[in-house]
Amino acid sequence: MAGHVENVSAAEAWEGGRSPFNVTYGKMMMWFFLVSDALTFGGFLVALGFAKASADSWPVADEVFYHFPFVDHSFHLPLIYVALMTFILIVSSVTMVLAVEAGHRMDKKGVTKWLGWTIVGGAIFLGSQAWEWYTFISGAEGEMATLVNNPYSPEIKYANYFFFITGFHGFHVFTGVIINIIIWMQVRKGVMHERGHYEMVEKIGLYWHFVDLVWVFVFTFFYLV
Amino acid sequence: MERDDLIVNDSYAPMANHTEEQGVKIRKKIWQVTALLSIITAVEIAMGIFLSDRAAGIWPYVKWSFIIMTVVKAAYIVLIFMHLGDETKSLRKYILYPYFIFIAYMIFLFLYEGFNVFTY
Repeated sequence: MAGHVENVSAAEAWEGGRSPFNVTYGKMMMWFFLVSDALTFGGFLVALGFAKASADSWPVADEVFYHFPFVDHSFHLPLIYVALMTFILIVSSVTMVLAVEAGHRMDKKGVTKWLGWTIVGGAIFLGSQAWEWYTFISGAEGEMATLVNNPYSPEIKYANYFFFITGFHGFHVFTGVIINIIIWMQVRKGVMHERGHYEMVEKIGLYWHFVDLVWVFVFTFFYLV
Repeated sequence: MERDDLIVNDSYAPMANHTEEQGVKIRKKIWQVTALLSIITAVEIAMGIFLSDRAAGIWPYVKWSFIIMTVVKAAYIVLIFMHLGDETKSLRKYILYPYFIFIAYMIFLFLYEGFNVFTY
């Protein structure tokens, strides 16, 4: 690393004796990244708000998202599967916070277990998202949903917003799962244990919670309101 | 040494580790928050199914309760799960204030325009 310092004590480097925010560089940067990413998602959702506010009509999600995997489509189960997806993501956030907690106790086995379940939760969510897209694109009455057309309402923007918002979020989940798998392998190999702390799990944990946080807002503003 | 961002002898120096007893307490808190988040989500679903009639007189109240419940959920995720509540006050403000200023401005701007843009 450029400008690498050796054997410099915090008391010498900081006038106040320590870093004012009391966090490591990596964690601070993760927070900065999350703030900027949250503004990007904020932009998406606010644009959705603009579209809804200026549209003559907007589809009610209950009447679009009522399918359930392996259940005949004539059964109407409004929002039930989206709710299940939301719950799965919240649970995977819980297993992640348990992994971070285990890391603070230097419990390698605990971190491996909970981080493993987080990966499983993320994978289930991604699969559900793929299924949701497939069902949405298949459309109604033989008419398919595309970027320029959708069978659900006269408002062509509707499918656009669905693809962009859930797609951008889904890509974040995908990235998160990949990162979690990489760190999980490192934890298993004992890299973090040798380092003496599991802060890397904390940092990817921040990212994973953020993905959950965004979904909470997507769920409200795309599906409920 | 307290936690900071300096690399000393090629390694970071986070000292945030806690003991088994402290862990029991933290885990209890985690499960409490989990229960709360699950209950709020269940209430949202129930309202979404039974009270989603846009034409009904209560819809504005339903809509605002969705928004309030979302913000409550978000607060618990950020402050407890992401541990922002445990960070220093200065970091917390540093993260949250600029975000809220930008997002409040953006929400006002876009919704104000959205409600008026095609009405001429």
